[in-house]
Amino acid sequence: MNVVVCVKQIPDPAAPPALDAGTKNLVRAGKLILDDSDAYGVEMALQLADAAGGGEVTLVSMAPNGETSGLRTALAMGAAKAILVSDDSLAGTDALGTAKVLAAAVKRAEPDLVLAATESTDGYTGTTPVQVAELLGLPSVTFAKKVEITGNSVKVERQTEAGYDEVESPLPALVTVTAGVVEPRYPSFKGIMAAKSKPVEILTVAELGLDAGEIGAAGARQEITQVADAEARAAGEIVVDEGEGHQRVIEFLEQLKVL
Amino acid sequence: MSVDKIWVLAEVVDGAPITTSLELITQARSLAGTVEAVAWGDATPSVAATLGEYGVTTVHDVGDLGGALPGVPVAAAIAAAVAAGAGPDAVLFPATYDGRDIAGRLSAKLDRPVLTNVVDLIADDGGLVTQHAIFGGTQVVSARFTGEGPGIYVVRAKSFPAEPSGGAPASAVAAPAPDTGATNAARIVARHVEERTGPKLDEAAVVVSGGRGLGERDSYALIEELATLLRGAAGASRAIVDAGWVPYSHQVGQTGKTVKPTVYLACGISGATQHLVGMKNSKNIVAINKDADAPIFSVADLGIVGDVHKVLPKLIDALKSRG
Repeated sequence: MNVVVCVKQIPDPAAPPALDAGTKNLVRAGKLILDDSDAYGVEMALQLADAAGGGEVTLVSMAPNGETSGLRTALAMGAAKAILVSDDSLAGTDALGTAKVLAAAVKRAEPDLVLAATESTDGYTGTTPVQVAELLGLPSVTFAKKVEITGNSVKVERQTEAGYDEVESPLPALVTVTAGVVEPRYPSFKGIMAAKSKPVEILTVAELGLDAGEIGAAGARQEITQVADAEARAAGEIVVDEGEGHQRVIEFLEQLKVL
Repeated sequence: MSVDKIWVLAEVVDGAPITTSLELITQARSLAGTVEAVAWGDATPSVAATLGEYGVTTVHDVGDLGGALPGVPVAAAIAAAVAAGAGPDAVLFPATYDGRDIAGRLSAKLDRPVLTNVVDLIADDGGLVTQHAIFGGTQVVSARFTGEGPGIYVVRAKSFPAEPSGGAPASAVAAPAPDTGATNAARIVARHVEERTGPKLDEAAVVVSGGRGLGERDSYALIEELATLLRGAAGASRAIVDAGWVPYSHQVGQTGKTVKPTVYLACGISGATQHLVGMKNSKNIVAINKDADAPIFSVADLGIVGDVHKVLPKLIDALKSRG
């Protein structure tokens, strides 16, 4: 069974994020790493391919400057190869434009199953996977907390407001996985060494056959009109607990008439 | 793009429209002359009265989906109306699981961009301007579409109040989904409800949430006990939901519930952006965390720098002794 995992390489979330003063886009110039949220999809793909008795896990990603650091992490976990779309004309691309790029790249891999995270950690638009599914004419099941393959169908436990639904779909299909669906493995030293020589195909927008007008800032058909500081909450009171901190909480709750 | 007609996705749970849909309808009234709704399932006739009360004149009823997930058929039904020239200038979706699916599908189907995580919608120069909280709510980004409509917006819960306008029941018109073939092949085969006791997390006046700082799964019992004593609901950060300590239905934050209680007690929660966006609009915030530099203290009205394992048992004992 061949599985494609859509992965995003993002600025390190531990570093303070910033917007470009001119374009108001998220600054993505420095080193990028594999989005933590995507480690679950990669692990799930490896487990499903393994359980199906073989098949390849292919990564599909879009990033500036031919960035592959995050892809190498996923390759070190065990993915076989990667397709990276990297092109200067992609700067400013929105969720739908990204979906068009990913869909075109996914198609080349002819997968039985496409996995993605429910949303990225840096942009969290949360619609790109279903947009990819729609563009490829695939059924999709989002917010999976459990995924199983039986024969030619995928069975998913999908989060709901009240609990979860059991959902079945024939393959090929796209599934988005929540964090915690599986425990991602740490890449082994052997894996890290092997990842260095695994194939990463780097493609341009033209090579994917996409129209330049559909991507980039122009294709996004939206603009940021303003960025402002949020109304700050008045600074609160800080109490260092030396055994009586709970008393202050009780007084506070009494003040609010919660007690 | 002038905005004369807005459609709102009216998601129905347990026979009633969800509160977020009513919030969006309320706001839509102030933005456009005509507010209509899109609904599916067998309950549409009975919710038409409620929707009308909030200002909806017409409900476009996609009907029973035969067990299909709503994403594909509902988006196809809306797209068909747009193609027929009967569509709206903007469609507002609640940021729910199904709302996001339908909005994403519709965006790709119509080839229109989508703005998500909207926390405010403002009429401006004939169009709509959205606001989005970023970087843990420290900054607000305003945005708008520059191309052809309809604009597709996914709005977070509790962005607006829900206020009835006293309108007459909405009239229902059938808006069946066109055949979408294999794309619409996913089927719900069973539904499972995770039982909760006490007030609902997104409606409770007091929410007590726990995070990684609890150290281990068993310590979550402290959160539940404190929530019960305060007649509140127990919540959780994504970290401990991901770790499998508590069910997903407890999660507060970006991917979980948005809460706005009178008091929010964050216990052993560092305050990642993911969490802050779901609770920072609480009226009062109390944070207990042993790391004095934790970002949660930047939104706390009262911050206790201390170990939850020491503070919470004393707090629980003190509350018990009050009877």
